[in-house]
Amino acid sequence: MVDTIAYPVQLIQPDGRRVFRPDYTSLVRDIGPDQLRDLYEDLVVARRMDVEAVALQRQGELGLWAPLLGQEAAQVGSARALRPDDYAFISYREHAVAYCRGVDPGVMTRMWRGCAHFAWDPSSVNVTNPAIVVGSQGLHATGYAMGAHLDGAEIATIAYFGDGATSQGDIAEALGFSMSFNAPVVFFCQNNQFAISEPVHLQSPVPIAQRAAGYGMPAVRVDGNDVLAVLAVTRQATQRAREGSGPTFIEAVTYRMGPHTTSDDPTRYRAAAETEVWKARDPIDRIRRLLDREDLLDDVFLARVQATADDVAARLRSGTVEAPDPAPLDLFEHVYSTDHPLIDEEREQYAAYLAGFAGIEEALS
Amino acid sequence: MAHEFRLPDLGEGLTEAELVSWAVDVGQTIALNQVIGEVETAKALVELPSPYAGVVEELLVSPGTTVPVGTPIIRITTDAGTEEPPARTPVLVGYGPGAPAASKRARRKTVTAPEAGAVPDRRRPDASPAARAAARELGIDLDLIAGTGPSGAVTRSDVEARTGSARPDTPPAPESPQSPERETRTPIRSVRKQTADAMVRSAFTAPHVTEFVTVDVTRSMELLDRLRELPEFEGLSVTPLTLVAKAMVVALRENPSLNASWDGEHQEIVTKHYVNLGIAAATPRGLVVPNVKEAQTLSLLELCRAITELTATARSGRATPAQLTGGTASITNVGVFGVDAGTPILNPGESAILCLGSVTRRPWVHEDELAVRWVTTLSVSFDHRVVDGEQGSRFLASVAGMLHDPASLLAHL
Repeated sequence: MVDTIAYPVQLIQPDGRRVFRPDYTSLVRDIGPDQLRDLYEDLVVARRMDVEAVALQRQGELGLWAPLLGQEAAQVGSARALRPDDYAFISYREHAVAYCRGVDPGVMTRMWRGCAHFAWDPSSVNVTNPAIVVGSQGLHATGYAMGAHLDGAEIATIAYFGDGATSQGDIAEALGFSMSFNAPVVFFCQNNQFAISEPVHLQSPVPIAQRAAGYGMPAVRVDGNDVLAVLAVTRQATQRAREGSGPTFIEAVTYRMGPHTTSDDPTRYRAAAETEVWKARDPIDRIRRLLDREDLLDDVFLARVQATADDVAARLRSGTVEAPDPAPLDLFEHVYSTDHPLIDEEREQYAAYLAGFAGIEEALS
Repeated sequence: MAHEFRLPDLGEGLTEAELVSWAVDVGQTIALNQVIGEVETAKALVELPSPYAGVVEELLVSPGTTVPVGTPIIRITTDAGTEEPPARTPVLVGYGPGAPAASKRARRKTVTAPEAGAVPDRRRPDASPAARAAARELGIDLDLIAGTGPSGAVTRSDVEARTGSARPDTPPAPESPQSPERETRTPIRSVRKQTADAMVRSAFTAPHVTEFVTVDVTRSMELLDRLRELPEFEGLSVTPLTLVAKAMVVALRENPSLNASWDGEHQEIVTKHYVNLGIAAATPRGLVVPNVKEAQTLSLLELCRAITELTATARSGRATPAQLTGGTASITNVGVFGVDAGTPILNPGESAILCLGSVTRRPWVHEDELAVRWVTTLSVSFDHRVVDGEQGSRFLASVAGMLHDPASLLAHL
């Protein structure tokens, strides 16, 4: 355990060579040529989708977007370790997790466009809508996991958050509670090195994974740009959860290549040289080199991947620009699942307020 | 048909931005999402991707101009459709840029570009509040001070010492003849005397040569982990020394000149066909080198047990004269002190002593790739009257080889 904290688990080196780790390669023994190609496709699609969303924000179609550029392997590797009935609680950057869970790219941006309070029905894909409050989803996941535990459901619940969230009380409480009550939850921290503009060492003087030890929780550090290694450690952790062995903490060491969100300018707080170093560890390049070394790349396959990625991006774009604007009174829908007297009253008051404008526009024109 | 692209709100509620540069020219054919220009807001310098594929008809804003959000900045002609899509009414925050609001806030000065390389990336030095206050008062950078406080924290006195502004209440006391003795004189006797005599005798009679080899012993460390789990080894001290001892016994059999002695009196070299393996042990009384008798007859388990018992006996000061004499070759383990390597001095009467350095995890080229491996440095000193460089080198390489791949030991068991 100590070793995996000091030396993150890695199964593919940046040059595409495999690393021999019998303890972890055994967890991904079933990942043959086809599965490797699928993982590559997921990474490419995730990036393409993200690039499209950034462009849409720059074109004024989205209010905000939190780019995942550079974190594709951490998200795809972990999401592909989940089973359909597992449940993922995500933060605002896990677009690739949502994609892997089956969220339609056409609805993915609705919340970011500000035309809906939610983008998709969480129960249809077992992944929540993005949590904007930093770290709150750690508690939600723990609660859900606890419920599953009491119901005897053999599922894993996974909470995604960043390095900054580990300084939040919500995450601390989730770690403490889940360990005390053996909740089957996986805490998946994408350490992307920055909490907005603050470097990770201002969050924690020790590796983030080491913080789990204070709760008595097993933890593992993984190379977050290595999709195979992330898949292996997440499989191990989710299996532990399903078997009733309690929570696990995973720190995926990765790097946010772009800004925190589209309103942020990372050149103000970090050196270009640092970003260059991480470029050499690009998660997509890495698996591509592996495929190349193992003679699994050909033009037909690459063209297919590109076509899929372009198609997903096009669906994301058309879904965004064609998203219907809600009627003002829709604001009061979906607050409670059943009728609620206070909401009803507020709806009526707001309707009366809007009705007061009737005729004014005509009078002005 | 022609589309006007209006400047969007690029940063959650910004009202204006400066058009820094255009990346396209009038008449140019552009693709969807192709970068058309750069815009600087109060928050960031960003590239603008085109929302249309088509031909640039007109650039509506010149570089260097600050314009309100919603201002048309470029006109692009596309061949798709002939109808302008219905204008959207912004609903919540106003996405999908609309026309600028009639009333506009006073223009703010556009921000200047960030200074290149102005990225502070260092930890705040540990220091007490008093030390920080003192440093601030004296205009001293805390980073430049080596702290003497707990965990290296900078204390107030460290700060004052740095400036020489320490104002002790009383001047430093002059050295008085009543102060405690500044030297201690210890008679040279017993183990220290014997050790010293032996060292001098050895160093000035046998011409020492020392050779080194650094080797990846990861497999040996893995083997030791396995051995520790076996019930037979329970309670025994299973350490790198155990395997080194076994490897040395095997290597001595192949290189007997290192298990020999120089008999000056009879002008003979005495080659031993048995190995009494000396193990240098640090004890409260000093250095002693008890030896494991007939080590060549012992299995790994027996050897491990013998070394465990021998060192325990030596450390408790109960090593018998028989245990301390009659050795044929020795091992010294400086690795236990965290030392990388040494040039050991021969136990008098012997021709070789192997020195084991600390076994640590180091970056190492393994199978053509950089990996983290368990690595150690072995050295051997030998009596050059008895042992030639070739023999010494072969011996050392043989021991290193067996530690690198302990499976090769099986052939000799």
